[in-house]
Amino acid sequence: MRTIFYLIRKEFIQIFRNKFISKAIFAVPIVQMLILVPAVTFELKNVKLTVIDKDMTPESRGLITKLNGSTFFKVSFSTFSEDEANNLLHRNKCSTIIEIPSGFGNDIGAGKQGKLLVSIDAVNASSAQLTWAYLNGVIRDYNADLIKKNITTIPLIPFPLIEVTNRYWYNELLNYKYYMLPGILVILVTAIGFLLSGLNMVREKEVGTIEQINVTPVRKYHFIIAKMAPFLLIGLTDLALGLIIGKIAFNIPFEGSIFLMFLASTIFLIAVLGVALFISTFSGTQQQYMFVAFFCMIIFILMSGIFTPYESMPMWAQDFNLINPVAYLMRINRMVMLKGSTIHDISRELYSLVVIAILFTTLAVRRYRKTA
Amino acid sequence: MKRFLGFVKKEFLHIFRDYRTLFILFGIPAAQILIFGYAVSTDIKNAGVAVLDLSHDEITQKLTDKIVSSGFFKKTGTLLNYNDIDKVLKKGKTKAVIVFENDFGKKLISEGKASLSIISDGSEPNTATLITGYTTSIINDFTMEFAGPNSNNSIRILPEVKMLYNPALKSHFMFVPGVVTLILILICALMTSVTITREKEFGTMEVLLVSPLRPVQIILGKVMPYFILSFINVLLILLLSWLVFGLPVKGSIILLLAECMLYILMSLTLGILISTVSKTMQQAIFISLIGIMLPTILLSGFIYPIENMPKIYDYVSSVLPPRYFIVIIKNIMIKGTGLMYIWKETLILIIMTLAFMGLSVRNFKIRLE
Repeated sequence: MRTIFYLIRKEFIQIFRNKFISKAIFAVPIVQMLILVPAVTFELKNVKLTVIDKDMTPESRGLITKLNGSTFFKVSFSTFSEDEANNLLHRNKCSTIIEIPSGFGNDIGAGKQGKLLVSIDAVNASSAQLTWAYLNGVIRDYNADLIKKNITTIPLIPFPLIEVTNRYWYNELLNYKYYMLPGILVILVTAIGFLLSGLNMVREKEVGTIEQINVTPVRKYHFIIAKMAPFLLIGLTDLALGLIIGKIAFNIPFEGSIFLMFLASTIFLIAVLGVALFISTFSGTQQQYMFVAFFCMIIFILMSGIFTPYESMPMWAQDFNLINPVAYLMRINRMVMLKGSTIHDISRELYSLVVIAILFTTLAVRRYRKTA
Repeated sequence: MKRFLGFVKKEFLHIFRDYRTLFILFGIPAAQILIFGYAVSTDIKNAGVAVLDLSHDEITQKLTDKIVSSGFFKKTGTLLNYNDIDKVLKKGKTKAVIVFENDFGKKLISEGKASLSIISDGSEPNTATLITGYTTSIINDFTMEFAGPNSNNSIRILPEVKMLYNPALKSHFMFVPGVVTLILILICALMTSVTITREKEFGTMEVLLVSPLRPVQIILGKVMPYFILSFINVLLILLLSWLVFGLPVKGSIILLLAECMLYILMSLTLGILISTVSKTMQQAIFISLIGIMLPTILLSGFIYPIENMPKIYDYVSSVLPPRYFIVIIKNIMIKGTGLMYIWKETLILIIMTLAFMGLSVRNFKIRLE
């Protein structure tokens, strides 16, 4: 036991000897959280519109006013030339063109349907879909206004109506910060632990100091535990810092048990560090390790469901995620923080993390050779 | 010149000796393209939905079937009372619960009005919005069918929508340019900064500095192989995206490749700059990977449009080179526009490259401390 204690002390001294790293492991997560968390949102705001109004009737002008009045849209340009409108779209000056052909107002007045042409820049497909959904909503509203106005001229047959009310639980206002903070936190903790622990291990090999450990009676598992412990502590400290920032800077609620979250994160970190040390046994130089780690990390992160819904992934991707520790913690963090899920709700995720942690740590210990 | 070529050859040998690194160098872009193409999608499919039907009649049954069979949803359960809602949402499998009021069908027929509510899990705002949106439009369709042919009467405006550049609304159009942008800056900055700090950390830099090679030649020789490899990487990604997703380059391919070269050059000089401020490889890796990765993914407009961010991020993101390259590559690849439309972004990238170069030259120490 004392051996492990001394080894851990050695690791700490080595990590904190580098002035840059010792500051960066705490400063970088703090700064990135403060900057990145409020930035990201899928909400639409101020979508720039170009309007081609060839109709110039009260009906067409009413629609434009209605669009301008909504918080989602801003009529930035109005023109009569389609070429100019397309040009604006090409130059990213606007993202949507609305063309009102002449006869729009007349048709509506005559009880017919007025046509409207909408062109949306769809390079970003999900953004285009949202724009269209919101635009459609505004048009529908305007439609209802028109009907109310004309109710006397055209007889309307009443038809059944289903009233739909939406409620968003756990995050009434759909605040994106609540969603992003746990996600970004997981990624930062993963990146720091995963990269540094493995690099540290490989560095000993590359510089040759591992020989000095190998000739001592230090046991294999002693050495692996000593390599893990400091990064486990650093990871948990980063997590705590992140949660404090969440509370102070963004006032993010914490519904569940903090203890549960730290328990899950501890198991998660052991799993991640296990994978990192396992990979490091295959690498001879820091450069090699860095690339393999980078490769794994990018895949773990992108597949974890941080930006995209987990359920929409195809089956094979969900199967892959059975061994992806990041995907588990991503879900656990959001569930515990925002919904107050209990240990029963997340038991499956916890068990899986325990299995991954044991598996890779054992593999790392077994693969590590004391003999050259 | 001969000396310089010899040095470049040495660098190439260093790289090729390590076939694993080489494999990963080309494996990362390929894997990313495939992940983004096949695994990750911002749309919803099979989202878990549970139903709390307090009415239990023919109409609620029909509507439930219509919602479940739409392909967006998967029914995860039938609830019996309000208290169950919290329970199933907390489990995480169910993303939304649809609640029909008492006597839903009866009210709809006799009073012409009935209400239902969609309770969704707001801890995933994007999924929640999409689920609510899709469900609402399915319900609207249902009312239309239910009302019969007369319902058309209430439509006064018939909008016709055209999705420009990407009519099928495929997410590849966003991800392929994004992957190119992300991968190039990460790999280039990472590799150059590491390869230079490695020489520093192991003391071999000294050997190079006392050689007849001039410092500029050393740096150029270090950077040259990565320039070529990254360029091959670009070709590989473009080829893959064309073969796998049928995503062609609409604009001039020469212009696109030239812009990619500029961006690679910018990333390499950034890597050199990082190496001049790092003492150890760990430090260089930390800055290039942890420092660059998340800001590039989140702030460059790759996934999340900058216009939707709070105003101040317009300024914050303006220091990030990927932000400009994203615009350039999207314009050339997808919109097919020429240099006329992107000269401003190109100029900014050139200025950034020069600035990084100048700073590196100033920081580069040819003496030992």
